[in-house]
Amino acid sequence: MLPVEMTVNGRRQRALLDARKTLADFLREDCELTGTHLGCEHGVCGACTVLLDGDAVRSCLLFAVQADGANVTTVEGIGGPDGALSPVQDAFRQEHGLQCGFCTPGFVVSVTALLRENPKPSEDEIREALSGNLCRCTGYQGIVRAVEKAAGS
Amino acid sequence: VNTSTAGRFVGQSVKRLEDPRLLTGRGRYVDDVMQPGTLHCAFLRSDVARGRIARLDVAAARELEGVFAVLTAADLNPHAGTMQPTLLLTIAGAPLRPLADGDVRFVGEPIVLVVADDRYVAEDALELVDIEIDAEHAVIVPDDALRADAPLVHPELTSNLGLEMAFPVPPELQALLDGGAPNIVRRTFRQHRHTNVPMETRGIVADYDPASGELHTWMSTQNPHEAKQAIARIAGIPAHRVRVQAQDVGGGFGQKFFTQREELTVALAARRLGRTLKWIEDRRENLIASNHARADVGECAFAIDDDGRLLGTYLDHLEDAGAFPVGATGGAGPLVGLLFTGPYKSPLAAFRTRAAWTNTCARGAYRGPWMFETVAREQMVDAAAREIGMDPLEWRRRNVIGRDDLPYTLPTGMTLEHVSPAETLEQAAALVDYDGFRAEQQRALAEGRLLGIGLGLYVEPSTGMMDPMGTETAVVRVNPNGQVTVALGTCSHGQGIETTMAQVVAEELGIDLDDVRIVQGDSAVTAFGRGTGGSGTAVIAGNACRDACAIVRAKAVHIAAHLMEASPDDLEIVDARISVRGTPTRAVAWHEVARIAHLETARLPEGAAVGLEGTATFKAPPFSWSNACHACTVEVDRATGQVEILRYVVSEDCGVMINPMIVEGQIAGGVVQGIGGTLYEHFVYDDDGNPLTTTFMDYLVPTTTEVPVIEYGHVETPSATPGGHKGMGEGGAIGSPPAVFNAVADALALVGATIDRTPLTPDTLLAALDAFDAAPA
Repeated sequence: MLPVEMTVNGRRQRALLDARKTLADFLREDCELTGTHLGCEHGVCGACTVLLDGDAVRSCLLFAVQADGANVTTVEGIGGPDGALSPVQDAFRQEHGLQCGFCTPGFVVSVTALLRENPKPSEDEIREALSGNLCRCTGYQGIVRAVEKAAGS
Repeated sequence: VNTSTAGRFVGQSVKRLEDPRLLTGRGRYVDDVMQPGTLHCAFLRSDVARGRIARLDVAAARELEGVFAVLTAADLNPHAGTMQPTLLLTIAGAPLRPLADGDVRFVGEPIVLVVADDRYVAEDALELVDIEIDAEHAVIVPDDALRADAPLVHPELTSNLGLEMAFPVPPELQALLDGGAPNIVRRTFRQHRHTNVPMETRGIVADYDPASGELHTWMSTQNPHEAKQAIARIAGIPAHRVRVQAQDVGGGFGQKFFTQREELTVALAARRLGRTLKWIEDRRENLIASNHARADVGECAFAIDDDGRLLGTYLDHLEDAGAFPVGATGGAGPLVGLLFTGPYKSPLAAFRTRAAWTNTCARGAYRGPWMFETVAREQMVDAAAREIGMDPLEWRRRNVIGRDDLPYTLPTGMTLEHVSPAETLEQAAALVDYDGFRAEQQRALAEGRLLGIGLGLYVEPSTGMMDPMGTETAVVRVNPNGQVTVALGTCSHGQGIETTMAQVVAEELGIDLDDVRIVQGDSAVTAFGRGTGGSGTAVIAGNACRDACAIVRAKAVHIAAHLMEASPDDLEIVDARISVRGTPTRAVAWHEVARIAHLETARLPEGAAVGLEGTATFKAPPFSWSNACHACTVEVDRATGQVEILRYVVSEDCGVMINPMIVEGQIAGGVVQGIGGTLYEHFVYDDDGNPLTTTFMDYLVPTTTEVPVIEYGHVETPSATPGGHKGMGEGGAIGSPPAVFNAVADALALVGATIDRTPLTPDTLLAALDAFDAAPA
């Protein structure tokens, strides 16, 4: 067991963990932040995407101990504490960018990171940036529109 | 084009009520359920397609610290009740079993269930199971399975033929196909194996309390009531002591409609162990062992007259059922045969359909389980039109069922009505600018580029042919403040039912959308129902809501009439006020009626029941038909074999739309699944039945970079059911595979190359192009 300490959504979290525990499992089980979802556990689907010191990363491919000392933002930390939607979240709702909602946290986090780096992406840039997130319900139609809307707002 | 007269809510693209929780990470999927004292499960699965279990020793696994139990067939199977779904209890199928016992029948078959403190330890224990399986010759494809000397997939049965049904060839059709018809076109099309891939895998939390004898489960399911019945049967618990809940479900597309082997086995294990067990499937398990679909072969024949008119059809269909098909008999072959002529006039038709057991993953329902009828027919239409020298659009125009032909009885006996195949064909052709594309195609060809256009026209039957598929019950309860809770047996997994059904109820009661809340996905608080699947919710649940609202409305109006000393016949409900028609100032507020109904009952009319609530069960007609036409244009790169989709158009008629935004979202999702299934997704076995596509690096789901922008047109022909809705959830995935295939085939035909099977990978297309290049001129 190893001691781990990190800031998650602005709150200090400390735990003693098996070295093999993934960051995703730490967030879901130890921090009880179940918005981060596991769709493949091999780094392809992107459902588990979180921000690690501002960068979008796959929490299924990191051990929690690797995030020791880091600042982590999950989907629960994207909107307002009162439940208010962020501009990205609101755009997903307006443009029907989600159906079953399982991949959605990963998209919301990835798009949030994208628009911080590139506030006015072209459609091609949006498609390229999101090609590491799988959605099985929407055919990506509303997702691409949502990113365009969020970038325009 | 939308001719709809939208209501206040029905017909409006209302933003979804479920979205805020899903967007902020507050959804609750099965893996988010964390009960105290939960133990975690993992399955040891066969890595051999067919063989005898020569040695199985779980002693070392049982001794690992943190392991609670290691269960084998000997521990569980003798205690298991039937595993057949309710729908098929009386139909003989594959001999289902919780854990493999003595032999294994496909790679991925569960053999051992480990129960441990966490999933990490459970997987450690799997490594400690000492097992040896003597591999035997396996049958991997149906053609081999049906050979006389084929080994039996199920030694308990006498052959590998799981199902056979024939619609006999009438003598007139035989004469046409024997040479009597001016044109006889024959082709064989093969569709490859692919799978549903919901982003959330399967999972269950099963909490058995030995003291009360109650089993409370949370599942990723489309159908809580079916799960409850099935779990009660396998675990030997009276059904009223089983509760199944699911708040949010991360997709299903048919995979979660019936309760599958692993969930049933975990529920049984929870009952035996008296503990709370959680099993969350990993992606490899989902890819190799949940269910596969679409593995079909169709030998087709069209008899056509000199004007290109269809005289008769024959289809010989063979499907791969896998070892333990979900739904027992394997797929929907009979519907494939019955619907093969689809939206075209054909005086004669006949078919044979067969399903073969193989040593592969189960066949199961996937968005339009019978859709091979559309694949085979639409690909056949293009092949036939090309063979007789007619444009495929012109061929369709000559044969399509028009408004004047309705009602039209198919040669196989089903009657189409309230459909518009001809209108959607024309709308799609106009939206895609079919004629303009033909000109562009010729210009591109002159530059050496291969462009193609493909159509996919179909009629989609939905609602219930078999009990309980056609029935849903709505319980509409008005609380003393006037807000409404509606309990439905549905279980949304992306369809937005909390929104669409609230729209129907708000419309019917004349109240605000915010004052309606839909409760579903809980067998304990909803009446027995059909679940969500088979494109049924709008028609079946929608009309159950409508009928229950009519009861509530009548009660409310009766009370209001008494309060105002008016005649009930003169009253209407507008904007949450019950008023005298034409005199809006003579009114009583909806919430006041609700309050009096519960809290001031002395003011109720004599004999009126206390409270304000209505329950209605809607039984749908056997078929509600919707229809659509897909049109797709592509460019095939002659050097690389890569396909680029240029445009994608869908013209759809699902009757009265409740929420056009959601309708278009459903279409888009289905279309992209069909594009993926035609171009990229392929579940591959080697000759020994070893799966080769066990991760998302190998099994290729479409991403943002592969999909086109989808364009929509709507035709509205109301159904005969009260709301005028028709099913449409599956349609996108039905029309798109042949539209994409036909577009690629059209491009290849420019240089004389042909294709007859999917997936249309670059290798396949280069081989097709090379075969033409190599052929003597």
